[in-house]
Amino acid sequence: MAVHSTHPPGFAHQFETVEQQREAGHLGMWIFLATEILFFGGMFTAYVVYRALHLPSFILGSHELLVKFGATNTAVLICSSLTMALAIRTAQTGGSKGTIIVWLLLTMALGAAFLGIKLRYEWYRDYVEGLIPGVSWLSGGTHTPGVKMFMCFYFFMTGLHALHMVVGLGILTVLVVMTARNRFSAEYYAPLEISGLYWHFVDIVWIFLFPLLYLIGGRYPGS
Amino acid sequence: MTEPHGSDYHAPHIVPVGTYVLVFLALMLGTALTTWIAYIDLKAWNTVAALTIAVCKMLLVVLFFMHVKYSKGLTRIVIIGAFFWLGIMITLTCSDELTRHWEIVPQGWSAGALHLFRLLF
Amino acid sequence: MSTATADLHQAPAEPAVNYLNASYGIKSWLLTLDHKRIGLLYLASITVMFVVGGVAATLMRLHLVEPQGALFEPETYNKMFSTHGIIMVFFFLVPSIPATLGNFLIPLMIGARDVAFPKLNLMSWYIFMTGSALALYGTISGGVDTGWTFYPPYSSLYSETHVVAVALGIFIAGFSSILTGLNFIVTIHKMRAPGMTWFRLPLFIWALYATSLIFVLGTPVIAITVFLLGLERLLHVGIFDPAVGGDPLLFQHMFWFYSHPAVYIMILPGMGVISELITAFSRKKIFGYSFVAFSSLSIAVISFIVWGHHMFVTGQAIYAGLVFSVLSFLVAIPSAVKVFNWTATLYRGSISYEAPMLYALGFIGLFTIGGLTGLFLASLATDVHLNGTYFIVAHFHYIMVGGAVMAYLGGIHFWWPKISGRMYPDMWARISAAIIFLGFNLTFFPQFMLGYLGMPRRYAIYPAEFQVLNVLSSAGASILGIGYVIPLIYLTWSMRYGPVAGPNPWKAKGLEWTIPSPPPTENFEKIPIVTEPAYNYPAIEAHDYPDAPGVARV
Repeated sequence: MAVHSTHPPGFAHQFETVEQQREAGHLGMWIFLATEILFFGGMFTAYVVYRALHLPSFILGSHELLVKFGATNTAVLICSSLTMALAIRTAQTGGSKGTIIVWLLLTMALGAAFLGIKLRYEWYRDYVEGLIPGVSWLSGGTHTPGVKMFMCFYFFMTGLHALHMVVGLGILTVLVVMTARNRFSAEYYAPLEISGLYWHFVDIVWIFLFPLLYLIGGRYPGS
Repeated sequence: MTEPHGSDYHAPHIVPVGTYVLVFLALMLGTALTTWIAYIDLKAWNTVAALTIAVCKMLLVVLFFMHVKYSKGLTRIVIIGAFFWLGIMITLTCSDELTRHWEIVPQGWSAGALHLFRLLF
Repeated sequence: MSTATADLHQAPAEPAVNYLNASYGIKSWLLTLDHKRIGLLYLASITVMFVVGGVAATLMRLHLVEPQGALFEPETYNKMFSTHGIIMVFFFLVPSIPATLGNFLIPLMIGARDVAFPKLNLMSWYIFMTGSALALYGTISGGVDTGWTFYPPYSSLYSETHVVAVALGIFIAGFSSILTGLNFIVTIHKMRAPGMTWFRLPLFIWALYATSLIFVLGTPVIAITVFLLGLERLLHVGIFDPAVGGDPLLFQHMFWFYSHPAVYIMILPGMGVISELITAFSRKKIFGYSFVAFSSLSIAVISFIVWGHHMFVTGQAIYAGLVFSVLSFLVAIPSAVKVFNWTATLYRGSISYEAPMLYALGFIGLFTIGGLTGLFLASLATDVHLNGTYFIVAHFHYIMVGGAVMAYLGGIHFWWPKISGRMYPDMWARISAAIIFLGFNLTFFPQFMLGYLGMPRRYAIYPAEFQVLNVLSSAGASILGIGYVIPLIYLTWSMRYGPVAGPNPWKAKGLEWTIPSPPPTENFEKIPIVTEPAYNYPAIEAHDYPDAPGVARV
C-alpha cells in the first residue's frame, strides 16, 4: 500500500505517482484533441468535396466575407495563444499568481474580442444582408444556391469554432478562480497546461478556417 | 514532504520567453503573408500557398506553444494518427465524389490490363 | 484473506467488505467513482435497452408470419425496424462489452486501482443515459421510419417522424463512447502494474484497446454527420439535397466512415472475451499470442478503409467500388487469424464444457459463418444481387447476435462470480446456451435462404412463396427470446441465493482471479508485480490424465 505521505495538491489516488498522473492527463487531452480533429474534420471533408464540385459558387460566396475581419481575428487568436503560453510558463517557473491571472485574463479578453468582432462585424452584417441560410436568407443576385451552400459551411464551421471558443472562455474562468485560490505551483499546474493545449487547438482550427473560407480561390481581381 | 515522483521523473522542459515571442512573430508574419498572397493572381497555386502557410503556422503552434517538440513520441503518434485518419476520410470520399463522371469504355482484356497497370503505377 | 491456492475442501468465504457493500444508498451508486460500480450501472442500462430493442424485434417477427403482414401498417413496420436497429446498434451493442465488462475488468486485469479518469467515467454513463432517454423519448412519441441508417434526402426532407430527437440522442450517446475510449486508452498506456508489459496483457485488453482506438477515431465523425443532418432538417439548407447541389452520398460516406468501424467496435471486444474463455476452458495458453494481439489492431486499422462496401449499389463511382472491394477482402484476414488461433488453442487442450465455453464454441462457429458470408458481399458482382436482401440481414445478425451477443453472455457468465461473488446454476446456464444457439440458427439461417431467393429487407409485406421460411424464422425468434430470458432470471437469483464463488472458481489465470470475489473497492491491497506471461497454464501433466491418448509429456 502506498505510504500515506503528504501528497501534493491535486494528486488523484488511482495513480501511484504525480508523474504518472501528469502523463495520463496529457495523453488524455491529446486524445481528446485527436477526436476534435476528426470532429471538425468531418466538416472539412464535406467542405473539400463541395468546393471541388462547386468551385465558382464557393469563390462567389467567399467574396461575401470581409478579409480584414478574418485576418484581424487570426491575429487576435495568435496573440491569445501567446498570452496563454506565457500564463503556463509563469506557473512553471513559480511566478506569482497575480502574473498568471493577468496572462489568463488577457487571453480571455482576446478570446472575447474575437467573438465580439465575429458577432458584431461579421455575423450581424450577414444577418442584415440576408446571408444566413435558414435564418435570414435572401435569394437573388449573387445569393445563388451554390453561394447558399458555401454560407452554410461558413456558419456551421465558424459557429462550431465559436462554440469551442465559448467553452474555452468558461475553462479559462475556472482556471482564474483556481489560480486565485492558490491551487497552482511550480510543482502542480497540470490543469493550466492541459487547458492550454485545448486553447491552442482552437487557435489552430481558425488558422485553417481563415484561408479556406476567406481566401479560397484568391482575392485578386478577376478571381 | 516525501518524494512523490517515480523513478522516471524528469522535469518538464521550460521554453524561454524569447522562443515564444519569435514563434508569435512568425505566426503574425505568416498571417500577413497569406493575406497578401491572396491578392496576387497565382491561379491554382493560391490554394497551395495558403494551405502550406497554414500548415507551417500549425506546426509552429503544435511544436512550441503545445510543447510537442519536447514531448514523448506517443504524443506525436496521437497527432499524426488523427491527421492520417482524417486524410483517409478525405481521400477515399474524394475517390468516389471526384471520379463519378469518369467514363468506362469497354475494351478487350489486354486494354483493361494495361489500364490497370497504369492505374497502379 | 483467501488466496488463489485455497483448500478445495473448504467452502470459500465471501469477503465481508467489498465494492458492493462498501457503501449503501442510491447516492453511493449514482455518484460512485468506482469503475466496478459504473460497470454495473451500464449493465443495468444496456439490459433495459436490449429489452426495448428485443421487443421491437419480436413485434417485427410476429408481423412477418403472414405475407401481407400480421400486425402493422407498412408505415408502422418501418418504425419497428428502425427502432430495432437504432436501439440495438447505438444503445446496446456499441456499449455492451466495453462499458460493462471493460469498465469492470480493465483495471483488474492490468493491476490498477481504477481507470485513469474515474470522474470522466461516471460522466460517460450520465451522458449515455441522457442520449438513451432522448432516443427513447423519440421512440415512444412515434419513432423514426428512416432505418438506422438515416439516409437523406428521406430523413432530411420527407420523413415526418422524430428524426431530430433520435439523432440528437445518438449524437449525445456518441460522446459517452468517445470518453470511454479515451479513458481506456490512457488507462492501458499509463496504469499497468509493474512488470505488466504490453505482451503480458490479457488479449481482452488488446481487444479493448483496439476497440477504443475505433471509438476515438470514428465516433466524432458520426457525431458531426448526425449534427449536419439535424441542421439540414431544421434549417432546410440543402447540404444533402440534390436539388440545390447537395449530395446524398456524401452523407453516406460520412455515416459509414463511422458505422463500418462501429461494427468492429461491436465484435472486437467479443473476440477479446473469446480469447479469455477459450484459454480458461482449454487450460492452455493461447496459440500465437502476438498474432492474436496484432490481429486486433489490424482489424481496427483496416476497418476504417472499407466503408464503401455499404455503397456499392448507391451510385458510388466504380473506381471507388473497386478499391473498397479489394480492401474489404483484406479485413477478413486478421479475423481468420483469430479463428485459426482459437482452434489451435483448443487442440490438445483440457476442454470442459461449462456455459461460458459453450458460448465461446458457439461464437467460433457462428462468427465464422457470418464472416464467410461477408465475402460474398465484399465481391462487387454478388453484392449487386444480395444487397438490400435478407442475406445481408442474416450476415450481420450471425456476427452481431451469433457472435457479439454470445460473446457478451459468455463473458457475463465467466466473470459473474467475480462481479457478484456468487455462482449461477450451471445446468440452467448450459440449457439456456443451447436454447439460444438453436433458436438463433432457426431464426437466421432461413434468412440466408430468403435473401438468396430475393426477399428484400425492410419490407412489411412479401410474396407468398417466402412464407414458410419466414415462419421458421419467427419460430426461431420466439425460442431465442426464451433463451435470453432464462439467464436474466437465474443470474438475478444467484446474486442472493447462489453459492459463494470464492476468488477463482474457474482456476483461471489472470490478475482479476487473484483478488477476492467480489473485489474490494480499491481492487488490490498491494499493487502486484507481474512476472508471468499471460495464460501461464501449466503444461497438461501426463500423470493427471494417465489414460488420455497423446497427452503432452512434460
